[in-house]
Amino acid sequence: MRSVRLRQVAVFLVLAGALQLGAIAVGKPFWQTQLTMSAYYALVAVGLSLLMGYAGQISLGHAGFFAVGGYGSALLTTWDLSAHKAAGVLQALQAMGAVVARPDPFGGTVLTVHPWPAAVVAVLLAMAAAWLVGIPVLKLSGHYLAMATLGVGTIIAAIAVGTQALGAADGISGVPPLPLLLGVGVGGATSQRVANYWVAIGLLAVCMILLLNLVDSRVGRALRAIHGAEDAADAMGVDTARYKLHTFVVSAGLAALAGVFLTHFNGGIGPSEASIMKSVKYVAMVAVGGMGSLWGTLGVSLLLNFLSLRGYFGTLDDAVFGAILIGIMLFSPDGIMSPDLRRILVAGWRRLRPAPASVEKGASEEGR
Amino acid sequence: MAGELFFQYLIAGLTYGTIYAVVGMGFNIIYNATGIINFAQGEFVMLGGMTAVSLHAFLPLPLAIVVAVLVTMVVGALIEVTFIRWLSRPSVLRMIIITIGISILIREAALLLWGQDVRALPYFTGNEITSIAVGGARISPQVLWTLGACAGLVVLVTAFFRFTMLGRQMRACAANRVAASLCGLPTRNLITLSFVLSAGMGALAGCVVSPITQTQYGIGTGLAIKGFTVAILGGLGNSLAAVAAGLLLGIIESFSVSLLPTAFKDAVSIAVLLAILFARPSGLFGARAATRP
Repeated sequence: MRSVRLRQVAVFLVLAGALQLGAIAVGKPFWQTQLTMSAYYALVAVGLSLLMGYAGQISLGHAGFFAVGGYGSALLTTWDLSAHKAAGVLQALQAMGAVVARPDPFGGTVLTVHPWPAAVVAVLLAMAAAWLVGIPVLKLSGHYLAMATLGVGTIIAAIAVGTQALGAADGISGVPPLPLLLGVGVGGATSQRVANYWVAIGLLAVCMILLLNLVDSRVGRALRAIHGAEDAADAMGVDTARYKLHTFVVSAGLAALAGVFLTHFNGGIGPSEASIMKSVKYVAMVAVGGMGSLWGTLGVSLLLNFLSLRGYFGTLDDAVFGAILIGIMLFSPDGIMSPDLRRILVAGWRRLRPAPASVEKGASEEGR
Repeated sequence: MAGELFFQYLIAGLTYGTIYAVVGMGFNIIYNATGIINFAQGEFVMLGGMTAVSLHAFLPLPLAIVVAVLVTMVVGALIEVTFIRWLSRPSVLRMIIITIGISILIREAALLLWGQDVRALPYFTGNEITSIAVGGARISPQVLWTLGACAGLVVLVTAFFRFTMLGRQMRACAANRVAASLCGLPTRNLITLSFVLSAGMGALAGCVVSPITQTQYGIGTGLAIKGFTVAILGGLGNSLAAVAAGLLLGIIESFSVSLLPTAFKDAVSIAVLLAILFARPSGLFGARAATRP
């Protein structure tokens, strides 16, 4: 089993490499920027897939958790603490390296939190928020859960737009890069575009390994039992409330992690990242990829995000996602990889061409 | 707070509250008939208002409103026939996602059709500055129109469900669809009718409130959240309780403006929603479990 999973990840990495070489080969190296962003968005979708597909809980507020991660990071790394330089706590933090002085674009020096502690705080903040919200919300189900998470998302979006300290409608910009090893940093520098693509793909691959392991463990089986029949799982001794809550928190944490990285990559974040439409788009990606199909979600969200970011849908962007949602849910509620749809397509193909050609519809680029 | 100011806030709250009540009732009508929460409910209000504004360019006001309501009813019927009628036993998750998709499509279609402009119908009587003095507060006649129309609507719809054959049939269908169809009721058509009714109510509310709140392509989502809050506040499925809850929410929201920045007005109603979900998921007046599918 283990080797199967490693092979899947290896295939993913090879395909990711091929994608990059392809982008460069056709003379569009700038595609890497959108591919990198897509990879971070895909991380949110994969995390949501765990929640929707395995725990069977819908969240219409995942963009909110993404925004908590992104805004938390952005606020901490751009908030100039120079005025409080004399405070003992601050000096201790500076000695530990958690607060650093760095040059700002205007030639001065600012004293801000180091990106790494900021990232940790931001992700923990999102997870804590998910935990607090999750305890009562996850006791609900169906429409109530959908509306409650929608409500949480709306509140976070309202706070992002309405708070002056968070830049209101403009958001926060001037976020420094997140330093990694060997002088590489998660940031917008063109010279590091290739490296940044691999940082994103690497993060995605690591999270996929963790998630695949989780899904194939005792926890994963418990989650599938909950999805299948919550009462039955409960009767078998599965602590359903705890499993659902933990999945919700992990899922929100992944969204926040993606938010942190993408905010550093873009050098800023705006309130549109927190919008309900974003949350709905994440749900659309999971729905199309197939609930519970992590690889399907990954492939679909890479593709859809890339097309959306490149602007192929133009002003119809939201409408495209709406149409996708309806179409998939009407005709193939288990996603495009579902056996149902494959059977329908194969049957339709056979009817069109009497010669029995066993052609499979290769729907997306990750090959499974 | 001075008495006049208090009264002013109260009236504003009631005006918005009646709209929430009508949207919440619309939620309940569809929920009772199908067990579906129609996330596109707010779009009916938007469609009603926008269509009426467009039609008013070449029709007299009352006729424009009537036609707008009829058009929205047709849209409601189309939604049911196209997307919902032929699904057999769809899961809750599936229906949530489908109705969200529908609401996005309607919104985007409205954006293409009408653009981002904020529009409004003219005041039914007088204009923006006409006002009637009531107990020291100044009230626009449109507020009375809104209160009157919504109250009339609630009474009519309630009477329809109580006293007419068709209304009784719809209630039978809501209570037990299988039994209703065994008794020979055309349950599928009754469900379509519930969408038509719900769309018509939303559209009429959208028309009467348009002069005060104005109409834009994107107002549906906010109204849907509030309508749902109201439906839950009253206990899902209980239409008259939704009316009381709607007025309550409108008043809470209106008074929140005196304490908090206006930007957080919507957040207040969502906070109310969350608080109710956590504390009393069955609603203030209801007793049914929140986990009902």
